[in-house]
Formats: sequence, structure tokens, C-alpha cells
Amino acid sequence: MDHLLEIQNLEVKFRLRSGEVTAINDVSFFLDQGERVGLVGESGAGKSVTGFAIIKLISKPGFISGGKVLFEGRDIAGLSIEEVRNIRGNRISMIFQDPMMTLNPVLSIGTQMTETILAHKNVSKAEAQAIALDKLKKVHIPSPEKRLDQYPHEFSGGMRQRIVIAIALLTDPAVIIADEPTTALDVTIQAEIMDLLSELCESEKMALILITHDLGVVSQVTDRIIVMYAGRIVEQGLTRDVVSNPRHPYTKGLIAALPESQQRGKALSQIPGTMPSLTDMPQGCSFHPRCELVMPICKEKVPELIELDNKNALVACHALAKGGAS
Amino acid sequence: MKKYWRRFKNSFFWFSFRRDPVAIASFSILVILAILSFSAPWIAPHDVYESSSIDIMNSELPPAWMEEGSSDYMLGTDIQGRDMLSAMLYGMRLSILIGLGAVCLQAVLGVLIGLIAGYVGGKVDSFLMRVADVQLSFSTLMVAIIISAIFQLAFGLAKYEDLAVPLLIVIIGLAEWPQYGRTVRASVLGEKKKEYVEAARVIGLPRWWIMFRHILPNTLSPVLVISTVQVANAIMSEAALSFLGLGMPVTKPSLGSLINSGFEYIFSGSWWITLFPGVLLVTLVVVINLLGDWVRDVLNPKLYKR
Amino acid sequence: MFAFVIRRIIQSLFVILVIGFIGFAIKHQIGDPVRDLVGISVSKAERDALREELGLNDPFMSQYVRFMKNAVRGDLGMSFFYKKPTLKVIVKKAPATLELVFVSSLIIIFLSIPAGVYAAIRPRSWLTRFIMGASIVGVSIPVFLTAILLIYVFSVELGWLPSYGRGATVSLWGWETGLLTIDGWKHLILPSIALSSIMLPLFIRLIRSEMMEVLQSEYVKYAWAKGLAPRRVYFVHAFKNTLLPVITVGGVQLGILIAYTILTETVFQWQGMGFMFLEAVERSDTTLLVAYMMVVGVVFVAVNTMVDIIYGLVNPTVRIAGRK
Repeated sequence: MDHLLEIQNLEVKFRLRSGEVTAINDVSFFLDQGERVGLVGESGAGKSVTGFAIIKLISKPGFISGGKVLFEGRDIAGLSIEEVRNIRGNRISMIFQDPMMTLNPVLSIGTQMTETILAHKNVSKAEAQAIALDKLKKVHIPSPEKRLDQYPHEFSGGMRQRIVIAIALLTDPAVIIADEPTTALDVTIQAEIMDLLSELCESEKMALILITHDLGVVSQVTDRIIVMYAGRIVEQGLTRDVVSNPRHPYTKGLIAALPESQQRGKALSQIPGTMPSLTDMPQGCSFHPRCELVMPICKEKVPELIELDNKNALVACHALAKGGAS
Repeated sequence: MKKYWRRFKNSFFWFSFRRDPVAIASFSILVILAILSFSAPWIAPHDVYESSSIDIMNSELPPAWMEEGSSDYMLGTDIQGRDMLSAMLYGMRLSILIGLGAVCLQAVLGVLIGLIAGYVGGKVDSFLMRVADVQLSFSTLMVAIIISAIFQLAFGLAKYEDLAVPLLIVIIGLAEWPQYGRTVRASVLGEKKKEYVEAARVIGLPRWWIMFRHILPNTLSPVLVISTVQVANAIMSEAALSFLGLGMPVTKPSLGSLINSGFEYIFSGSWWITLFPGVLLVTLVVVINLLGDWVRDVLNPKLYKR
Repeated sequence: MFAFVIRRIIQSLFVILVIGFIGFAIKHQIGDPVRDLVGISVSKAERDALREELGLNDPFMSQYVRFMKNAVRGDLGMSFFYKKPTLKVIVKKAPATLELVFVSSLIIIFLSIPAGVYAAIRPRSWLTRFIMGASIVGVSIPVFLTAILLIYVFSVELGWLPSYGRGATVSLWGWETGLLTIDGWKHLILPSIALSSIMLPLFIRLIRSEMMEVLQSEYVKYAWAKGLAPRRVYFVHAFKNTLLPVITVGGVQLGILIAYTILTETVFQWQGMGFMFLEAVERSDTTLLVAYMMVVGVVFVAVNTMVDIIYGLVNPTVRIAGRK
């Protein structure tokens, strides 16, 4: 029963001048050992904030206002800052979006790698370097010995993201949270990096939370999908089920908008409208202004996540709750 | 008129002013100081420019509340027997006048040069900005000191002291224009790329017209931001020059020259000749700087988007 | 990179040439070299003869060229008051000023870095509010007033420290230093605090704002995500990146301290270049004044050029693109 990571009713708020706004509302999901989960949604849906909340690293003015993040049975919210630091970068590693911005420009690659090991493991500097070299090899960086003394600006974007992945591997973490790891890269390199990441997760037996807006990428890499919209989970299920048979109208719209599912000669299908901003959330289901199946109740009550045919498939939609699968 | 007042009252400027106690306090103090200084001829207890009203017998009297003080001279007297309070009021009037005058001059110079540099571009631009860079790297104080030293040698001391007010305005204006020049040039370069300038050029409006009617109004907000701080800087520069004996003469003292004349007597314990004008000068500059900080925060186009 | 250095040096030489031109123009217009040499007691005919002999009736430009040629050889003319070559006078006064600037710079660096970094890390603490409030008052107090207040408190009232002069100095290969005697240090304390008071607030604000910007960056967030200790994030990841812009602005600002030495040295009767300059103005010693201007000009240009080149060496993007 015990999951590696379990998030229960997570709530994150931002303190603004005009008052507090809720960025993450009642988000619950879990992650098992070695499992790969995709967190999908438009930008602003709260995926990244969820990712950062797991390692308790939300930049001001945001803060976790409710819920639990259980990692290996312990609630991260209740841990001291030292204990959290022991998890960050050690048991749970993060990969950021833009490799051009994540590496410190004035520190050598070697320094940025060894400091991570030395922060978490009781090893000598030489041993740390050996570990760094080993991981650089794992991400297929050519002649890694020479690379340790080089600085970030001497590498291309794809190479830098490989280095960031290598840094994530340094401490053999249980979970890697990858926040849009390929978005900032050239299309040709995206697939390479994604393959490398999923291959490493498999060989190193690491769990992966892949945060992305790209359903295509998620469907190739992950076991399960969690779809977020305006700070809430709207649909959850096994990747193959969700992709082949989406339930929530929002997920349906996302899948229909994929280039692969377009029909030749027809205009690209897209969901009308835009996601509401945090400061003016509509009443009831936040998707209702854009929804085709909108009913009176949608404008009043927030739909709850309900189980459909099996316990892995959850959907939050009034239309589905009433009339069953449509 | 009423319409403009209402518009002002509804503006963001007024809104944030009302909500900022520091800005309100600074502004109030500044207004009080300005009113006091400009009404000096009427409210000052003694006329410090009238040598017949000054009696050397009254020299170095301490403030009224001290043992040897006289109730005639609330803040004491200086070495020539002048009433400190009156001298300070007149002195502050000179400091503010010179500060404002110098800022007007540097603004005119700087805006013109910045406009030309930014709009014409090319060699003219790089030459003018090179001059500004060099001047700034020498520091405006150094430039002001050297110019005033040269002026003093060229005019001779007596004539220099006669013309001190206009000369100081010119000196500080010449020393500080690069601040404006660089700011205006930067915003001209930003505006130049915009479509309305392109449009104005396409319909064949003359260059100077585009420069003054179209580009200039759009550069005014940064100019306003630096102007506040520049007034404080100009007052400081004037005080420094006067302290060095390169500014206002002791017969017509500004706050700086008052401090200068009191400095020698600090060793004999006459602290009030230095301290009172010093405190007044610092207060004046602090409130202007605080206001300047506030104006920058409010008008900063990066922070405030309409 | 090489081209960049060369271009910077050529630009600097040009600036020095212009400073020389201004200096010469001043000397030509208001100086009187004949008086400087022989005083005013000599008859007009003799003085005219001397003028001709000195080449003072030559065209302006050829005099300028001669002036610059002499300047390059280190001959900036004779001081009317000291009756010595001006450069010698200045070199003799330079150690006092340089030591003052040096100690002030140390004070500024060692106080502004911790204060600025602290203010950036803890933006809401009461100490930060105090530092920022004090810094705005600090920039508003003129150096000479700080100096006078220091003298009044520590010399006149408390009698702890001397109020003027350099105290005992020791000659070290011709360099008169006050840094090797206790008396010299005692004399140095007040002037250097006064001098640093003007730049300290500026440096604190500069370091704070740069550091705060860096703390917002992705790579600092990433450093946190790696689970590094706060000390390492602040002082290695953030502070190292703060240094680069601080060095560029700071280097130039420390050069500017020389301007403020004129004020500080006047108050403390510190026998340095600034004090000498003001005396030269009072004595109408035009040659010495111009020589001071030239020397200080060269120092400023040299400092700026050095800072630019160092910045170019440190920052890889400048190396490629070149800087305008």
C-alpha cells in the first residue's frame, strides 16, 4: 500500500498585494518505486508549482497552505530545513526547463557536480570526481575527463541538459522531477534527451515525474498521466487509456489538438478560449467557460475526482458523473 | 483647470503618494523648508546682508538656551556676529536657488545633447557619449572643482565672488549634464524604433519636429526621475565648492560656506556655527533624496505598467 | 580580445591628449610663465625678451605640441610657489593621498560586502531596514560634514585621535608612508572613515541590488534544488555572480574617491595632492594646477581602462562581442 511518494490534498497559495490567490487546489496523487508519471497541462496550470512543492521549494510570495507531501512515509512539510535539504538533490533530484539558465555561468562543470555529491555524501573530493566522471559517461558526454574543468558557456544546449541530467543522477535518487526538460531545446535534440532520460530511469530504477505541456512526449515515456487545469487535477489514468480514450472534455481537447490526431486537409483543432488567470477564477468548474458539455451545475459546483471503471482512472467532471462514460 | 485637477487626483502618482508616509513626510518637510527659505527677507529676525546690523561684539554667541546665549539670537551667532538662524535661512535660499538653476541648465544641456546624440546617431553620437563617459568617469565633483578653480583664476577672486551665483549654476550645470544626456539618449534610442516615429518620418515631417514634438515628450519620465535626485546632488556640489572656498563668499553665505566659516572655530568649542547649517543641509538633501527614491519607484516604467 | 585591448588603449591615449589640450589651453589663457620664472619685479623689456626666448609668441598649436612633448618626458613645468618641477611636487604629495584612498577602499570593501549581502539575503529584517535607511542618510551627508563631526567628537570632545596632519612617517625607498607607525595609523583613522563615508552607502546599495537580482535567477533556484547549504548558495553561487557588475562599477567609483580627497584633505590638513591642489588655486599657481589636472586625468583614464580590460578578461561574452 505504501507509495514512494504520496501527495494528499496539496494546496499552494500566492500572497499578492490584492490578497491571496490559490495556485494549487486539492491536488492528490501518488508515485511508486520506479514508476513514471506525466504531469500534463497548459502553462499556468500549476504543474511546475506542484513539482517544486514536492521538494518544498516554492519561491516567494508562494507558500504551501495545506495538504501533505509524504515521501517514504514522512511528511515533508513537517521536516526541518536540514532534513528537507537532505532530500533535495539527494533522494529527489530536479531537472529544470532551460539548461542555458540552470547552470551557474561562473562555476566549472566539475565544481557544480562535485558540490552536489559533497553536500550529501561523506566522500573525499577525489571520490566525488570519480562519481561525476562515471555519471558524465552515463549521459554519453564525449571525453568527460576534459569536461570537468570547462564552463557552461563552452557547451551547447543539448550538452548542458545532458550535464544537468548527470547532476540529477549523482546521488542515485529515488525520484527525478523533470520540469519541461526538452522545451528549451532544438526539436532534433528533444527526442534524444527524452530517450536518454527514460532509458536511465529504467536502468537506474528511478521514479520519474515528467512535467510537460506536450502530450506526445508523455505518451511515449510515462506509465500514468495526470492532467491538470487551473490548479486542479481533472483527469488521471494509465497513459494508454487516457491517450486512446480520454474522458474529460479538456483532455479530449488536448488529444484532438495533437498533430498526430489531425486529419489531412482540415484545420487544426483547438480548444476555444484561454485558461483563466489565478486572480479571476470562474465559479464552479474552472473549465466551464470553454467546455462544450457545460451544464448549469458546472457554473456552481466544483466537480470532484471520481473513479470510473477502475481505481486507476479518475475524472473530475459533472457530465461524466451523471451520465456515466460518454 | 478643474479637469486637470481631477485627473491628477485619480492618477496612480497621487494614489501611491497618499499611501506612502515617507513620501508625504519628505514632501511636507521640503515644502516647509522651501517656504521658510524664500520668505527669509520677511521672517528672518536679522538682515545678514546689511553690514550695519551686524555687530562684531556679538560674535560667537551660543544658542539662546545655553548659559551665555542671548534671546535675540536663537541659534547663536557666527564669528562676525551674524545671527545664525537668519544666515541659515538666507543661505538655504541660495542653496536651493543654485540647485534648481543648475538642474535647469544641466537638464536643458543634457536633454538637447541626448536628443541629438540619440536621434542623429553615428559619429556625432559616439563622440558626444564618449565625452559624457569621460566626464562621468572623472566624477562630476572633480569636474566641478576644476572648472570652478579655473574660473576663479580667470576672473580673479573679487569678480568671481560677485558673480558667484550664476557662475556656480554654470559650473554645476556643465559638470552634471552627462547624467541627463545618457538617460535621454537611451530612451530616444528606444523610442526611435517605434512605429509612430517611422510613420512621422514617412509622411515627411521635418527632423527637428519629430525630435521635439514626438520623441521628446516620451523621454520626460526618466528625466523627471533623475531631476529630483539631481537637485540634491547640485545642492551637495554647491556646498562642497563653497566649503572649499570655490563657491559662495562668506559675505553672502550659502549653507556650505557657513559650514566652512564655522569649521575653524569648532576647536574652540563653537560647534553651533557648523552643526546647525550642517543639519539643515543634510535634512534638505535627505528629504529630496527620499522623494527621489519614491518618484523613481513610482515612475519606473519597468515596475509600473499601465 | 587583443584587438579589444588595443582599441581601449588607443581611446585612452586620445582622452589623455584631449585632457592635455584643455590643460594647455588653461595655461595659455590664464597662466603667466614669465611671472612664474622671474616674479614681477623685472622690467617689461626683459620680460618681453624672455617671452620670445620661451617661445610664448609662437602659434598656439606649436606651443601645444611642445607642451605635450614635454609632458610625455615628464616635464609639466615649474611650480611658481615651490620653484620646483611640478611633477616632483606632486610625486612627493602622492603617497599621502594614495594611502588615504587605499585605506578608505579597504574600509568600503570590507564593510559594504557583508552589509550589502546581508541586506539582499534578509530583505525584510529590521537590520536591513536600518542599513538601507542609514545608507540614504549616508549619501546625503557631505564628506566635509562627516569629517568635521568626526573631528568634533573624537578630537575636540573625546581627545582620542589627532585632528590634522599625517603624524609620524617612515621613508621606504623614497615613499613617505604613515602605514608603518602607530602614530601614522592614528592620524589615518578619521580621514579614511570620512572619505569612505561617501562611497559606502553607494556600494551597499549596489551590492544589494545586484545580489537580489542574482538570487532571483534560475541557477540559484537550481542550487537550492540540489540541496546545497545556504552558505554555499549565497557565497559561491550568488555572490560570485554579483561580483562581476560590482567590479566594473566599483572600480570606477574607487577612482572617483580621488575627487573627494580634495575635501577630506582640506578638513584634515592632510598633506596630499588634494590639499596641494587647493593651495595652488589660492596661490594662483596655474602650472601646478594644470599639472595636477593632467596627473589625476591620467590616473582616472588608467583606472577606467584597467577596469574595462579586467571586465573583458573575466566576462566571456565581452571577449567575443567587444564592448561599446
